[in-house]
Amino acid sequence: MNDTLLARNVLALADDSLLLGHRNSEWAGHAPILEEDIAFANLALDELGHAQLWYELHQELTGREPDETIFFRDAADYLNVQLVELPKGDWAFSMLRQYLFDAYENVLLAHLVNSSNARVAEIAAKQRPEEMYHLRHTSNWVKRLGLGAAESHRRMTAALNELWAYALQLFAPLENAQALTDANILPDPRALQTEWENQVGAHLTASALAVPAARAPRAKSRSEHTAHLRELLTEMQEVARSEVYGVEW
Amino acid sequence: MVITLAEVWRALDEITDPEIPVVSLVEMGIVRDAQIEGDTVIVTMTPTFAGCPALRVMRDSIVEKLTARGAAHVEVKTVLTPRWSSDWLTDAAREKLKAFGLAPPPKHGGNAQLFFPDQVACPYCNSTDTRVANHFGSTLCRAIYFCRACQQPFEQFKAL
Repeated sequence: MNDTLLARNVLALADDSLLLGHRNSEWAGHAPILEEDIAFANLALDELGHAQLWYELHQELTGREPDETIFFRDAADYLNVQLVELPKGDWAFSMLRQYLFDAYENVLLAHLVNSSNARVAEIAAKQRPEEMYHLRHTSNWVKRLGLGAAESHRRMTAALNELWAYALQLFAPLENAQALTDANILPDPRALQTEWENQVGAHLTASALAVPAARAPRAKSRSEHTAHLRELLTEMQEVARSEVYGVEW
Repeated sequence: MVITLAEVWRALDEITDPEIPVVSLVEMGIVRDAQIEGDTVIVTMTPTFAGCPALRVMRDSIVEKLTARGAAHVEVKTVLTPRWSSDWLTDAAREKLKAFGLAPPPKHGGNAQLFFPDQVACPYCNSTDTRVANHFGSTLCRAIYFCRACQQPFEQFKAL
């Protein structure tokens, strides 16, 4: 029973990274400065690389190939949080989303490297130092924009008020996930949330950004999605689902 | 089978990282192991950065090179443990990176706090009067610095 349950939780991790990577890739050629164009392309590629490791573990557990899982699954079966499917918004929005997610991943990976499942532990260990580059970059930018000009502060505040409840969904467990926590495979999401709120709260405050009061996640179930996911998948899956799929380029 | 294990290693040491064509996959520490079982050569490799798009090219290069040297079958396995570290780059490889215009990564001994040196020596003029321009560069494994002494931007191989 644990394999099926683990596969579902691994798929959620994979889907989060895949979609955030996809959204980040939309900045290629559009970022406000060249350095950030390059940075977001790197962030996107890293997230795709991390997603791939989780999809490979998902394949080991279920037999489903990553391409099939990614390109031939409908929105209703995706298990990502809504946070990562939202359109990229303005640059403050994308930067803050990436920061909130990076802070979550750093807290999460610090636990997962000690998972009782050896594959989960080694995948987390692989991702962890790469994620340190992300968090350093995005936390610096959050501070710079929060403490920067009136306009950057206004945009960051608007982004934070919009994103906060979406970010809280990262800590809403999938059904029956308690069994994996009991088996020391995955950490307790409540403990993760406390660590995340402490770290993120301190950094936002130091960046002159007020932590929103919302306590409830925007969506409870990872099966609930916005219309944005369907739009994203329609574009992302179009080539794979057309007749030319399988053609050697 | 007309290829020996010594020839396998020699061939692998001739394959360069497609993004850094001056160091071999062996010098990079990407090739972890090679064995011959029956008529199959089994090569074990480990990725540098997880999302590195050159990984597939490297895998294909290994198969192509060993096949050309007489291997009947080549199998390339990927492992994540032990995790690749930029500390594995040999001193000789670091010198080659530098000659290629890439500042070598700082030795960190597993301490991630040492991943982000404020100043690294310019590979062109050796000055340490440099500043970081971006921790993200033209590939996942490169950061961009600027040398105030010789007024040149340069890239650094990132610590991992």
